Amino acid sequence: MSGGLAFVFGLPLVVALGFFALAAYERRTGVATGPGFFQRNGLVIGLYLVIAVGFWAFFIILLPQLAMVEMSFRPKLPPSQMGGPKDVYTLENYRYFLFGSTTSTAEWNWLHIKAFLLTIGVSIAITALNFAICYPLAFHMAQSSTAARLRVLLLLLILPYWVNEILRAFAFRVLLSSGGIINQMLMGLGVTSEPVDFLGADVGLYMGLSYAYLLMMIFPLYNAIESLDKNQIEAARDLGAPWWHIHAFIVMPHSKPGIASGCTLVFMLCAGALAAPLVLGGPRTLWFTPIVYDRFYQAFNWPQGAAYAFILLITCIVFVLLVLKAFRLSLGEITR
Amino acid sequence: MAAAVELEGVNVTFGDFVAVKDADLTIEPGEFFSFLGPSGCGKTTLLRTISGFIEPTRGRVRIGGEDMKGIGPNKRPTALIFQNLALFPMMTVAENIGYGLRVRGVPRHERDEKVKTLLIQVALTEHGHKRVSELSGGQKQRVAIARALAVEPSVLLLDEPLSALDLKLRQHMRTELRAIQKRVGITFIYITHDQGEALTMSDRIAVMNAGVIEQVGDGRAVYAEPRTPFVASFVGENNAIRGRVTEVADGLATLDTPVGVLRGRNPVGLSAGQEALLFVRPESMQLRANGSTIGFQGETLDVAYEGSVTHVTLRLRTGQKVTASFSASAGIPLPISGENLRIGFRPEDGLLLARPERH
Repeated sequence: MSGGLAFVFGLPLVVALGFFALAAYERRTGVATGPGFFQRNGLVIGLYLVIAVGFWAFFIILLPQLAMVEMSFRPKLPPSQMGGPKDVYTLENYRYFLFGSTTSTAEWNWLHIKAFLLTIGVSIAITALNFAICYPLAFHMAQSSTAARLRVLLLLLILPYWVNEILRAFAFRVLLSSGGIINQMLMGLGVTSEPVDFLGADVGLYMGLSYAYLLMMIFPLYNAIESLDKNQIEAARDLGAPWWHIHAFIVMPHSKPGIASGCTLVFMLCAGALAAPLVLGGPRTLWFTPIVYDRFYQAFNWPQGAAYAFILLITCIVFVLLVLKAFRLSLGEITR
Repeated sequence: MAAAVELEGVNVTFGDFVAVKDADLTIEPGEFFSFLGPSGCGKTTLLRTISGFIEPTRGRVRIGGEDMKGIGPNKRPTALIFQNLALFPMMTVAENIGYGLRVRGVPRHERDEKVKTLLIQVALTEHGHKRVSELSGGQKQRVAIARALAVEPSVLLLDEPLSALDLKLRQHMRTELRAIQKRVGITFIYITHDQGEALTMSDRIAVMNAGVIEQVGDGRAVYAEPRTPFVASFVGENNAIRGRVTEVADGLATLDTPVGVLRGRNPVGLSAGQEALLFVRPESMQLRANGSTIGFQGETLDVAYEGSVTHVTLRLRTGQKVTASFSASAGIPLPISGENLRIGFRPEDGLLLARPERH
């Protein structure tokens, strides 16, 4: 327990001290020159910035994550035994994810592994779908729309997000259910005699997820494409390029940072989405986030839930970094 | 290879705004042709119409005898050099130059060969692998030219490509552009608001104002024989004096003006009683004119000595200012500020044109 506390509070402290030492060293050796941080900002504002940013980074970002990481390596124990001889660091929660047992490694835990892979795979597919939907729209907004039309489009895009996610998810459910409007229409038109099981086929889930993160894709794309000089598109056209060539070799390379930033956002949020899979997921579809949720609130096994959440987080981060590397983008570029 | 460009009654309107009105002219194959005019005169619109980015509202554009209606910029035998060059920053110099060929599906080795030749032609052999951002202004200019020439256009369109360069480089690029045009032998259509550029490079110039082509001719004709008051005052410096024609004889006309009776050539055939403008170039003015010339009296406002020439600004009785430029080497003593001076000109150096109503 005390080791855990030391880890959770000590690690950020050590990192912070390390940076202070580095700053002092650079100033002494002349690598860093010019007025110091407090000289530039004044004592009051300087102190405010240090404290506010420090608080934000430490208490809101680092501390909860580190607490979860620490917890994920501990066994589930009744309160009376916490801090006792059985409270030691262990990999049993991670073992459970892979093998469905805290002790044996005889059989793979296919149920959870499949859900995990499905979550990652479907998130990739939804990211791709989202990109395909948003790219033409973002291009139109950035390059060919008039100022007035752009404002209307932005409003139309933003307004629906005033409706909260749960309500939207249930609305999709009502719309797509066997007795829903869409099925009634299809049957009324004679397209089908039996209602189509949209929810069972996960159509609702894909729709809900794609729709939920549309803006996360559109805005980075719009920003990136907007900064492209129109003359470059015209120059390419003038040199004989067909439209698809212009997009593939002029517009997309230029907007690579925006594409990367939109795709990573949508992918991360999709993989971590909870409401849409819970409400819209078909009965045969087991998404990973509800499993994590169940670890916490059904199994009351917080250490295991923490381990599951951490597995998802690490996998997503590694995946995103690999993709960025494949597209030769640095992390700094996606913020441009 | 070189193609003629024919404009037949080309009109371009945006809503109520008439950008180009009744443009009618033929640009010969292999000609260096300039459109000269102030910003907003419609010259860029006309260029974009020729390149295919704008369809004329009325009229026809023919290139090499073929009607270009409905043919997009990517299908026309033209290449456009943009004002800001519009080079592709994410590509190397060689990739930029080879882009048009890549689009056309030219095989790689053939493409590389061609790019290499072009790099030699524009003296950038060492820079093929560089990013565009690593080049200087003049080098970028040459990349843009090479990129446009790579697709072997019949007509090269240039939209004020030199305006971003400094004076020295601009003058150098004028000679270079002219040399390139002579070498490749294709039609060049050049857009500029800089009369110096137009006069030094072009075979012929079209002077445009408010969407209308006011005059077409070679540099000399446009400068020495302007046909409209706009051309007379836009191309080169000019003094304009208002008056009414009183007498017409032998190609000359007499003009009654507030500063006295003046005479000038009458190429457009004005008749007695018409309102007119008399144009006299500063370099046609003579200082302390004697009896054989006509002229007027004024107070010297400013004397600007520039070495080879001296510019003297005079204020006439009516308050109008008149500039005279003369070669200082003539041994005449310079006038001094405030001096009351008589300047004159020979009637054949004066030019009478009809006064437009809106003046």
